[in-house]
Amino acid sequence: MLILRYAIYRFATMLLTLLVVSVMVFVIINLPPGDYLSNQIAELRASGQDAGVAKAEFLRKEYALDRQLWEQYMIWVGFMPGPNGFAGLVQGNFGWSFEFDRPVSEIVGESLWLTVLVNLAAVLFVYMVALPLGVLAAAKSKTWVDYTSAFVGYLGLATPNFLLALILFYYGHKYFDLPIGGLMDPAYEGQPMGWDKARSILIHLIVPTFVIGTSGASAMMQRLRANMLDELGKPYVETAIAKGMSPSRMLTKYPLRVAFNPFVADIGNLLPAMVSGSVLVSVVLGLQTIGPTLLTALKTQDQFLSAFVLMFVALLTLMGTMISDVLLVLLDPRIRYAGRDA
Amino acid sequence: MTPLLSVENLSVGFGKDEAIVRDVNFSLNPGETLALVGESGSGKTVTCRAILRILPRNAQIRSGTITLHRDGQSLNLTSLGERQLRDVRGNQVSMIFQEPMRSLSPLHRIGNQVSEVLWLHRDASESNAKRQVLDTFERVGFPDPERAYRSYPFELSGGMRQRAMIAMAMVAKPDLLIADEPTTALDVTTQAQVLGLIKDLQRETGMGLILVTHDLGVVANTAEQVVVMHRGRVMESGPAEPLLRSPAHPYTKQLFNAAPSIPAEAKPAPPLQEDDLILQMKGVSKTYSMRSGSAWRSDTLIHACRGIDLNLPRGKTLAIVGESGSGKTTAARIALGAEAPDPGGQVLFRPDPNGAPITVHDMTRAQRTAFQRAAQMVFQDPYSSLSPRMRVLDALTEPLEIHGIGTRSERRERAAAMLQQVGLSGDMLQRYPHAFSGGQRQRLSIARAMMLNPSLIVCDEPTSALDVSVQEQILTLLEDIRDRMNLSYLFISHDLAVVARIADEVAVMRQGLVVEQAPPGTLFYNPKHPYTKALIAAQPTPDIDRPIDLRLVALGAGSPESWPDAFRFSQTVVPSLTELEPGHKVRCHV
Repeated sequence: MLILRYAIYRFATMLLTLLVVSVMVFVIINLPPGDYLSNQIAELRASGQDAGVAKAEFLRKEYALDRQLWEQYMIWVGFMPGPNGFAGLVQGNFGWSFEFDRPVSEIVGESLWLTVLVNLAAVLFVYMVALPLGVLAAAKSKTWVDYTSAFVGYLGLATPNFLLALILFYYGHKYFDLPIGGLMDPAYEGQPMGWDKARSILIHLIVPTFVIGTSGASAMMQRLRANMLDELGKPYVETAIAKGMSPSRMLTKYPLRVAFNPFVADIGNLLPAMVSGSVLVSVVLGLQTIGPTLLTALKTQDQFLSAFVLMFVALLTLMGTMISDVLLVLLDPRIRYAGRDA
Repeated sequence: MTPLLSVENLSVGFGKDEAIVRDVNFSLNPGETLALVGESGSGKTVTCRAILRILPRNAQIRSGTITLHRDGQSLNLTSLGERQLRDVRGNQVSMIFQEPMRSLSPLHRIGNQVSEVLWLHRDASESNAKRQVLDTFERVGFPDPERAYRSYPFELSGGMRQRAMIAMAMVAKPDLLIADEPTTALDVTTQAQVLGLIKDLQRETGMGLILVTHDLGVVANTAEQVVVMHRGRVMESGPAEPLLRSPAHPYTKQLFNAAPSIPAEAKPAPPLQEDDLILQMKGVSKTYSMRSGSAWRSDTLIHACRGIDLNLPRGKTLAIVGESGSGKTTAARIALGAEAPDPGGQVLFRPDPNGAPITVHDMTRAQRTAFQRAAQMVFQDPYSSLSPRMRVLDALTEPLEIHGIGTRSERRERAAAMLQQVGLSGDMLQRYPHAFSGGQRQRLSIARAMMLNPSLIVCDEPTSALDVSVQEQILTLLEDIRDRMNLSYLFISHDLAVVARIADEVAVMRQGLVVEQAPPGTLFYNPKHPYTKALIAAQPTPDIDRPIDLRLVALGAGSPESWPDAFRFSQTVVPSLTELEPGHKVRCHV
């Protein structure tokens, strides 16, 4: 009951934060002088192509770029009727990309879900690799297990992702016949989702997951090891041993539970770090994720496209933190009871 | 009779270093209590942990055998396999540790942690285990076992947590209980009750008990056998009574002499002259409000101090005694100006006998600087009150630098001279604090406080983190410099025995109120207040003829509502502090 109330409260604050973020995103994108259309109009005028100018002027009106900044914002979010009535983010209308001359939703479309998929896979990979290795390294600290995992971990941290991507590419293709580049067989692009397409995506996911997740996993492993070592020195571990618990049961029941908190709290940070960190990898591996799109949009001041992508990343972050906060409350009674009289 | 446990020629060492426990021998009969006594570094804790082989990873048992005799069988614990040893731990031999705050996992319910013992060793079902655990909880004195079962450790007080630890150790009905400083972290009245509980349980179940402690008073109250350790060796061992009555080994004698105790026969002392007061607290109260964390409930008010009137004559020591949460530290912080009292309270400081008093919480800038020079503080924990990254020289001269006193070389000379004053040597100036022992660090803290030539020093439990023999030295040092330099001390302590020795006037605090105040002689000769009586009764003394009187402890240590009518107080009705005889004030309804 308490947790449900907390979750609702957290959700409400998330919406509020999202609103603030939307204002900041919009303002920051509009900070550089000019916009995509006025740049284009100036260019067209200079080269004497008046037909193009007319279209650009039409777009300016259509998307209310000739109005006050705050009005533009309200229309973009959908709090205020624009030239075509209410048609903003809230109503599910993401705007128009001037650079690609198509609606934002069309450009972003599938890559949105692929981004989520790739990054979720990477996060899962991080936890699945880091947890057992970190605990093992702490339990066997200062033995060859510890040293080997630390060595591999540092290698993973030190290798640039895109380099790792190229290496895996080459050897993965040579020895395991893993496909090169992309997130699915080109034949399935634009096709509706089906069994074969899903299979193709899964196989294509292997290399990117590994590449994007490796450095995160090794960093997390080292932190988990350090945290575990701290916890292992605490008296309650001694109590557990004195009770006659076996080492593996003791490790997972007591110190891991305590050392685990920071990692739950990390979920929120992991997501955006991966989205922005994987841009280069996406370019190298030719992944149809949202990263490369964001890069182009920011470079060309394609405001609706870049604003939408930024909002999407913000949403991922906020959802991540919300999930981790609620999980923390579930996991740690000290947090759960903090508001209550002891 | 075959002993329950025998330890023969035990040696334990860390890594490749010399052994830190050497040739330790002792044995324990069923139902007996053996006290392992020593100061920090004596190897007593390592010895007791070697029994269950719960040692740091780089420690090994070098030689010796530890044998547990049970039902005509004997188990060699030193050579037992890890898996078999696990069956012994918590089952036949269980342990209680020093810090009940940290010895329980904060994330698991008490019931879960205690029942676990039965799940592990008895294959008990959840409901079966719960029934036994509830019985044990009731036995160890939880008023509401069901509620305790569901609680998390942080919801319980220190004493209750230690009861939970005891329940955990007792639930499988072990043959031997090892208690490693089980009461050191507890308040003295709680300590008395917990010790009483352990003894009761022992009588009921007939288990053996190994009690590791640094406190000879605790030994005198509990043990039948005593083993005195020093630097890893046994100095003296034998039955408690003869050993405590006439210790043979010089080290044991030294420990006895150092142990502070409340005088067995106190004489009433004349009231203190109060004509030249250096510090005066008038009607000082302090209320904190604790956020309730909800908009629907109002904040809880906590009265840390209520209407405190205290006078400290120049050159004397005024001690404030109380348990944790009594408000003694808050009072000291207010006296130093570190915290402001509630409106209406006033703290006056007279820098010189004839000068005008300064109101501590309403000073001009210049007055504040002067006050900060004249009033200094010595803290409880010498390990954390010195910056580990500053050399002794820098730590000592910093106060002079702040106040812009002297040249570099003058400051340096003064620091060297001060080190000698506190019994260290002047060539230690270039060292870092980690190169000093606990007692030496406390000397450094005192030297630092003395650098500005203060007239008032607030000592906040300056010896409670130290060994008894070191405590003795520090107390002597404090007395010595007080008399030499005409200092005045406001001395905060939880230990009546320490206070008995150094104070000229004692104020006993409970729940933010001074309940009794008198010179120590008068206080110990004729304590009036049930709480003071409980404190005195709970104080373990190394004298075997003066056991802890649990009845008196129980009378006074409970909540103020349980006191006799004349002393009872509630949130709203508080009796006033009445002077029953000259210099002896008691809070009671007359």
